[in-house]
Amino acid sequence: MSDFVSDFWNLYVTVIVLGSILACVVLLIVQGKATFTPGKTMGHVWDETLEEYNNPMPKWWSWMFIITVIFAFVYLALYPGLGNFKGMLGWTSAGEHKREVEKMDAAVKPLFDKYMAMDLKAVAADKTAMEMGKRLYLTYCMQCHGADARGAKGFPNLTDSDWLYGGEPEQIKETISNGRMGVMPPHAQLGGDTIKDVANFVRSLSGLPNDATRAAKGKEVFTAAGCVGCHGPEGKGMHAVGAPNLTDKVWLYGSSEAVITETITNGRQNQMPAWKEFLGEGKVHLLSAYVLSLSQGK
Amino acid sequence: MLKHEQIEKSVTLLVVLTLLVIIWGGLLEIIPLFFQKSTTTAVEGVKPYDAVRLAGRDVYIREGCYNCHSQMIRPFRAETERYGHYSVAGEYVYDHPFQWGSKRTGPDLHRVGGRYSDEWQRAHLINPRDVVPESNMPAFPWLATTKAKDTVGADIEKKMQVMRTFANVRGLPTYSDEEIKGSKAAIGDKTELDVLIAYLQGLGTALKNVK
Repeated sequence: MSDFVSDFWNLYVTVIVLGSILACVVLLIVQGKATFTPGKTMGHVWDETLEEYNNPMPKWWSWMFIITVIFAFVYLALYPGLGNFKGMLGWTSAGEHKREVEKMDAAVKPLFDKYMAMDLKAVAADKTAMEMGKRLYLTYCMQCHGADARGAKGFPNLTDSDWLYGGEPEQIKETISNGRMGVMPPHAQLGGDTIKDVANFVRSLSGLPNDATRAAKGKEVFTAAGCVGCHGPEGKGMHAVGAPNLTDKVWLYGSSEAVITETITNGRQNQMPAWKEFLGEGKVHLLSAYVLSLSQGK
Repeated sequence: MLKHEQIEKSVTLLVVLTLLVIIWGGLLEIIPLFFQKSTTTAVEGVKPYDAVRLAGRDVYIREGCYNCHSQMIRPFRAETERYGHYSVAGEYVYDHPFQWGSKRTGPDLHRVGGRYSDEWQRAHLINPRDVVPESNMPAFPWLATTKAKDTVGADIEKKMQVMRTFANVRGLPTYSDEEIKGSKAAIGDKTELDVLIAYLQGLGTALKNVK
C-alpha cells in the first residue's frame, strides 16, 4: 500500500529504484568496455602464494546480469513497486487473499447449503458431514474440550449425556453460537464449618460417602442460603443458568470434599466463547451436529 | 577514482563503503514507512495498552513468549481460517517493541483475545498439559504467585510516560495524566498471571471478528 503523507515519497521511491537499476546498467557497460590483460596478475601476493588475475567477467555471468535488469523492468511494470503506481496487473496481497477465500467459499458453499437445509439430527447421521465436523472440532474446539472431547477439569466432557445448558440440538447450537457465561457465586460468608456441612450434603446427593450429621445440617443451609435457586430443590440443576446437576456422577471440577468446599467458598466462573461471528453459520451448524453426534446413543 | 587496491588495504574505507551498500536498501525498505499513513496511524478500535495490559505485555516479553509465538497473521486463507482476519500495520502502532516473532512452535497469538476463557488461560499457563495433554509448551507456575506490582508493575508510571512520548512524536492518541496516576491502583494486587491474561485477552480484538 502506498498512502504516503506527501507525493514527495512516491517520487523518492521511484527515483531510487530506477536510479539503482540504471546504475547497474552503466556498470555493465563500463565493465564491458574495460581492457583486460589475461594471464597477467594484479601484482600482489597474499598468504605466500595467493595471486589475483585480472580477467573479464564470464559472458554467461554478464548475460545473467542483463536478464535480471530486464526482469526488474518487467516486474515493475506489472506489479506495484514505483511509489503509488499500482502496476498493470493491479495486484495486492489483500486482493490475492480475497480471491483465494472466495474461490474456496464458492467450492464448499453447495456442501454447507446442503447441510444447512438439513436438521441437526440428520446432519449428525451423515458420514461426510461428521468427517468435516471432526476437522472443525480439531481446529477450533480441542484446545479446551480435548482431542477426544472428554474435556478436562473445568471444561465439560462432550461425550457423556450430562449437559450444563441442555443437550437438545438447538441448545447445543445456541451454546456454540453465542457462548455461555457460567457463574457460581462465592459463599465464603457462610463460614468454613457451615460450608463443610453443605459439601457433605452435596456429596450425599449423588450417593458419595459423607458425614450424615453434617449432611443433615447442610441440607437446611442448602435451602436457606439459596443454593436451590440455581440447583433446584432436589439439586438436579437448571439448564437456563448452566447450574450443574448435583445428583449425578459428573463433576466439572471434582467431587472430593476439599474441591466441593473450594467451589462453595470461592465460587466458580466459566465461559464458553461465542463462535457465530468468527466461524459463520455453516460451520457452527456442522459443529453443533458433530457435538450432538458425540453423545448419541449414551 | 577509487582503486581496487586502496579499498582492500584500508579497513576504514572498506567499512564505510560496505555500510553505504547496506544503507542503500534501507533507504527504500525502511525510511518511506515512516511517512506512510497505513503504518503510522492506528486502525479504528486500536487503543493504547492500559496499565494492566502494558504490565502483562512486559511479562510476555520477559518470559520470551515471542520465541515460539508469532503475532502476525499473514494474508493466506490457511491462516485466516484458523486465526481470523490477517494482521494489518495499523494494529501495531502502540507496540514498542513489536512482538511479531519469527517462529511458530506454538500458534500465532495476534487474535487470541477472547478465543479462550480466562479460566482456560489460567489453567493453561500454570500447566499447559492440564488442558492440552499433547502440548509441549513450558509451564509458568510462578506467574500465579508473583505480584505484578513487585516486578513488571513497579515502574509502570515511568513506562507509560515513555509510551506517551512515543505516541506524541507520532501524533497518536495516548494516556492522560489521570491514567498514568491511576496505573498503580489499576494493577493493585494482581498477579503476573492476571496481567498477562489481561494482555492476551485484548490481543487483536479490534479486527477480531472480521473475516
